[in-house]
Amino acid sequence: MTAGQITAIQPVQEAQDQAGVGPIGPKPRRISAGRIGLYAFLVVAALFFLIPVYIMIVTSLKGMPEIRLGHLFNLPSEPTFQPWADAWLHACTGRDCNGLSPGFYNSVKITLPSVVISIICASINGYALTFWPYKGANLLFGLLVFGAFVPYQVVIYPLIIGLSSVGLFASLPGIIIVHTIFGMPILTLLFRNFYAAIPVELFKAARVDGAGFWRIFLHIMLPMSVPITVVAVILQVTGIWNDFLFGIVFAGRPNWPMTVQLNNIVNTTTGVREYNVNMAATILTAAVPLIIYFVSGRWFVRGIAAGAVKG
Amino acid sequence: MAQNGTSVSIQDLSLSFGAISVLHTLNLDVAEGEFIVLLGPSGCGKSTLLNCIAGLLDISEGRIFIKGKNVTWEEPKDRGIGMVFQSYALYPQMTVERNLSFGLRVAGLPKEEIDKRIARAAEILQIEPLLQRKPSALSGGQRQRVAIGRALVRDVDVFLFDEPLSNLDAKLRAELRVEIKLLHRKLQNTMIYVTHDQIEAMTLADRIAVMKGGVIQQLDAPQTIYNRPVNRFVAGFLGSPAMNFIDGRLEKVGSDWQFAFEDVRIPLATYAFEKEPTPGPAVFGMRPEHVAFNSGAGWPFTATANVEVVEPMGSDTLVWLKLGKQNFTVRVTSERTPNNTDTVSIGFDPMRASLFDAQTGNRL
Repeated sequence: MTAGQITAIQPVQEAQDQAGVGPIGPKPRRISAGRIGLYAFLVVAALFFLIPVYIMIVTSLKGMPEIRLGHLFNLPSEPTFQPWADAWLHACTGRDCNGLSPGFYNSVKITLPSVVISIICASINGYALTFWPYKGANLLFGLLVFGAFVPYQVVIYPLIIGLSSVGLFASLPGIIIVHTIFGMPILTLLFRNFYAAIPVELFKAARVDGAGFWRIFLHIMLPMSVPITVVAVILQVTGIWNDFLFGIVFAGRPNWPMTVQLNNIVNTTTGVREYNVNMAATILTAAVPLIIYFVSGRWFVRGIAAGAVKG
Repeated sequence: MAQNGTSVSIQDLSLSFGAISVLHTLNLDVAEGEFIVLLGPSGCGKSTLLNCIAGLLDISEGRIFIKGKNVTWEEPKDRGIGMVFQSYALYPQMTVERNLSFGLRVAGLPKEEIDKRIARAAEILQIEPLLQRKPSALSGGQRQRVAIGRALVRDVDVFLFDEPLSNLDAKLRAELRVEIKLLHRKLQNTMIYVTHDQIEAMTLADRIAVMKGGVIQQLDAPQTIYNRPVNRFVAGFLGSPAMNFIDGRLEKVGSDWQFAFEDVRIPLATYAFEKEPTPGPAVFGMRPEHVAFNSGAGWPFTATANVEVVEPMGSDTLVWLKLGKQNFTVRVTSERTPNNTDTVSIGFDPMRASLFDAQTGNRL
């Protein structure tokens, strides 16, 4: 802006300010009809998706006679926690009537090692791919990412053959290996991108300081990886806990995870269909991922955003 | 190969990434205790060269000696170097003290020795009150001091600086520049310093290596590089405002040479040619501060010129002139600031000029 323009504008503004008509102070916020409509739609949509949850909870707290009345939306007249106890301890799958609890412990036994092993492997993968590029590193990374798009069903049969030939089919180590393998593409991608955002000078400084592959990883990279590790834990825990297909195929009957057991309870055809017990069992099975989401949602977002933030 | 007193010796070093050649058979000898600045525009290979010296990049050809020892295949930690990076590269999860001691702990030094060295470095750099803080709680200048400290505690022969001040604001940059100079005087270490900032280069260096396209264009003392640049690139890269360049012809009149453009003739009797020149197209270079103003007589060359723009900069004033049809800048003291439309007389001594071959750009 030249001096000429400034002098041309100033008198107008001054006149306005003196008359008190010019905008002053914070810009007023207006609530438009469109806004109200938008929020109304969002609230209705949220309520709509919460209806099944509501029905599950109230049904799980009713006795069978009350359910048979058919008032789906009514609150329980005599709330009872017996269905929950039954679901946990006594629900039958075929001839076994031990409830869901064995499945829960099986799921823990499958999930914990799978999550830990897959994250350890993936973080080392991502670290090596980022900071120690070797011949063919990009090709390997490309193949890994491609692996994320392979449909599971395609590889199940070859995996069964492979695992049974080394005697790991239908066993706890077998299912852990399967989960670790299938977690690798997405987790490696996650860690690689996280490490790629770390200034390479940090790595160079550590090398000048004399640190090697493992020391740089353990002492410098790993302490910085907390946010992305949390993301990986959430992804893996929910993914593995919710898994049904691999569990039923690779775990073997004694190790069937909670999801498989839930399915068996709900689909048992003998006797009366105990809707209240089924509902309670379903909520119990879904509880672990739900709790994880509620507890770590904040971390999840932070981890996703961490790639964009420079330290 | 390395003679006595040579700290770093680079011999026929080449580096290429696939088909792209970054450094071409480069030779550089750095004396013990010398402060060398690698100066050049971005992409000229100066940081790459530093990374090669540090051992962070594998070279394609050639050898590197540090303290007379062939370190071409050595790991960075075994080369006796400390390095300071532009982004500080402090370990974010460690306190300043842990940052400083990391390399020493890796090397397995005893606790007392580590403490002694940290205390010494902290005292030299005046960062004692910061030792228990995390890098995120430090200002940019403090971070860079810690980064220098990390090189300091390792008790190395050679310090490598990779644009250490580029992330700082102008005021801090000037302060730390002086501190680095003082540090060099105190420690007497060999220092190799990469920058694109010509003021840092001029003020800090014992010798400057001006680089372009992976080749050292000129390696000399700052004043020599400033006053007698070997080619047009070096002449144009150093100096702010940049040197005036005028395209014209070199002619011989009787026994004397003169530079001719349009209807202006500049006598070159006082100019020291590198070797006997031949008549032909040439480029005449003159620094803005070597031109006098309103000077009248007493100069080998005088001319009148029209003032185009006047830029007062406080301590002095930059005047943009038209000399014939050519743009020509002159730097004068503030008291002599002319008006915008004046016609002024200027004068200079061609002894201070630089003449370049129009084709090769080399100094004549």
